[in-house]
Amino acid sequence: MRRNQVAVVGAAETTKLGVIPDMSQIQLHADAALNAIADAGLKLSDIDGIATAVETPQQIAHYLGITPTWVDGTSVGGCSFMLHVRHAAAAIEAGLCKTVLITHAESGKSMIGKQPRFTPPDSLNGQFEAPFGVYGPPSMFPIPVLRFMKTYGITHEQIASVAVVQREWAAKNPRATMKDPITVEDVLNSRMIAYPFRLLQCCLVTDGGGALILTSADRAKDFPKKPVYILGTGESVETPMVSQMETFNSSRAFKVAGPLAFKEAGITHKDVDHLMIYDAFAHLPLFGLGDLGFMPYEETGKFIADGNTRPGGKLPLNTNGGGLSYMHSGMYGMYALQESVRQMRGIAPAQVKDAKISVCHGVGGMFAASGTIIFTNEK
Amino acid sequence: MAEAQRARPKPTPETQHFWDGTQAGELRLQRCDACDHVYFPPRPFCPKCASRKVSIFKSSGKGKLYSYVINHRPAAPGFTPPYAIAVVELDEGPRMMSNIVDCPQTPEALELDMKLEVKFEKLDDKITLPMFRPAKG
Ligand SMILES: [Zn+2]
Repeated sequence: MRRNQVAVVGAAETTKLGVIPDMSQIQLHADAALNAIADAGLKLSDIDGIATAVETPQQIAHYLGITPTWVDGTSVGGCSFMLHVRHAAAAIEAGLCKTVLITHAESGKSMIGKQPRFTPPDSLNGQFEAPFGVYGPPSMFPIPVLRFMKTYGITHEQIASVAVVQREWAAKNPRATMKDPITVEDVLNSRMIAYPFRLLQCCLVTDGGGALILTSADRAKDFPKKPVYILGTGESVETPMVSQMETFNSSRAFKVAGPLAFKEAGITHKDVDHLMIYDAFAHLPLFGLGDLGFMPYEETGKFIADGNTRPGGKLPLNTNGGGLSYMHSGMYGMYALQESVRQMRGIAPAQVKDAKISVCHGVGGMFAASGTIIFTNEK
Repeated sequence: MAEAQRARPKPTPETQHFWDGTQAGELRLQRCDACDHVYFPPRPFCPKCASRKVSIFKSSGKGKLYSYVINHRPAAPGFTPPYAIAVVELDEGPRMMSNIVDCPQTPEALELDMKLEVKFEKLDDKITLPMFRPAKG
C-alpha cells in the first residue's frame, strides 16, 4: 500500500466511558458512530463502507441505516480495528468505497446485549485447553510471562512498573477510569489473580466504544478536523491457543505485523514520537518493544522501569493510561487507535509536544493476532 | 444442584485417536512420514509440509515445564484455586497445556524446566485427561 493515500477524518469514543448501565452494546456502537460522523461533519448517507468486529457489519449497518458497498467483519480479537484500518485503506485506494466507518463497542462490564463468550467442547481450544482450567483472559494471557522473564532476566518489579508508569499517564486523562497514583509495591501487593500477575497488572473491565472514519487523502483536506494520514500498516495471526505459540519468548504475530508497518512507512524506530502497545496485561508492552524492534528483549523491562516511557520520557508509551488504567471493554484496540489519532491531531489530554509519527500496535486474543498502524500528521 | 464440572473435551474424527490413547494409557502424537515433523494438536496432515501421509505414535510421556500460571480467580468450574495451568514441552518437541499433579501449586515447587512425566487422570467413562507430575528419579 502507498503511504499517506488515506486519512482518518473522523474519530470519537462513546459519550461516556466506564460503567454505562443505560445502553446496550449495539447502542454503544451507534453512540460512537454518531459521534465520529459528527466529528467528521458528515451525514450517515455519506458512509459507503463499514467494518466492525464481534457484532456483524450487517447488524451495525442496519441499526445505523447505512447501505454499504464494502464491508469487513474481520473479528480477530482486540486488534480487529487495526486490521479494519488496514483493509479500509486498501479498499479506498482500490476504489471499492469512498468513506469507511469502523465501529467498536462492548458492554464489557454491564453485559447488556452482549453474547457471552463460549468455547465449544469439540473445538481445539475446548479439547486441549479448556479441560485444564483456563477461564477467561487472566488465566491464559499471562501463561508465557514466566518463560519470557527467565529467558531475558526480566524481574517482577520491572513488569509491575508498566502499571505504575501508565497510571501516571492516566492521571493526565480526565476520561481515564483509574487516575490515583500507584507504586511498584502497590502493584506487587495487589490481589493475586493468576501468578505471576496481580490485579493491577490486569486490564480493567469497562463499557464503551469508539469509531473512526477514513477517506482518501485528497478528500481529507476538505474535512473540519486535521487529517491524520496512514503511513504504514501490518497484520498477522498466529494461533487461537496460547499453548501452541511457536515460542513464549516473543509473539510471531507481533514480529510479522510490526516490521511490515515500519517497512511500509519507510521509517526507523528513531522517527517514532509516540507509541501505543495494546496492554491487556502488563507484559505486553515488553513483548511489543522487543518484537517491534525498538530494543533487545533483555532491555525492555529496564527501559520501562527506568522511566523512559513515562511523561517526559524519550518514548511516550500508552499515553491514555492504556488498558490497565484508561479503559478496556474487552477489545481495547479501538481506544489505542483513538489515542494515536488524538496525539496526531494535537488534542490529546497528555499531548506529546510536536509529535509527528505515532505507532499503534494491537494484539488480538492471547497473542492470537496482531495489527499495527503507523499514523502521521504530515503529508 | 449438581456440582460445577470441569470442562469436558468432545473428540472429533481428527482427534479421536488422541482421546482413545489417553484412555488406553498412551499419550499419542503424530509424525509426518514425509518430513519427520512431530506435531500437536492432532490433524490428518502435516502442518509443515502438507503431506497427508502421517503416522500416530506413542509419546514417551516425558517432558519439561515450559511455563505456567497459578490461577487464583476466577476459578474454572470444577477447579479449586489456586491451581497451576501449565504448558509442558514434550521430549518429542510439541507442547501441550496440562495441569501439574502430585506437586504443591506454588512458585517454589513449580520450577521452569523441571522434568515431568505424564499421569493419566480419568474424568469419566469416556474421557481421560493427560496430566503431568514431577518425573521420578
Ligand atoms: Zn511434513
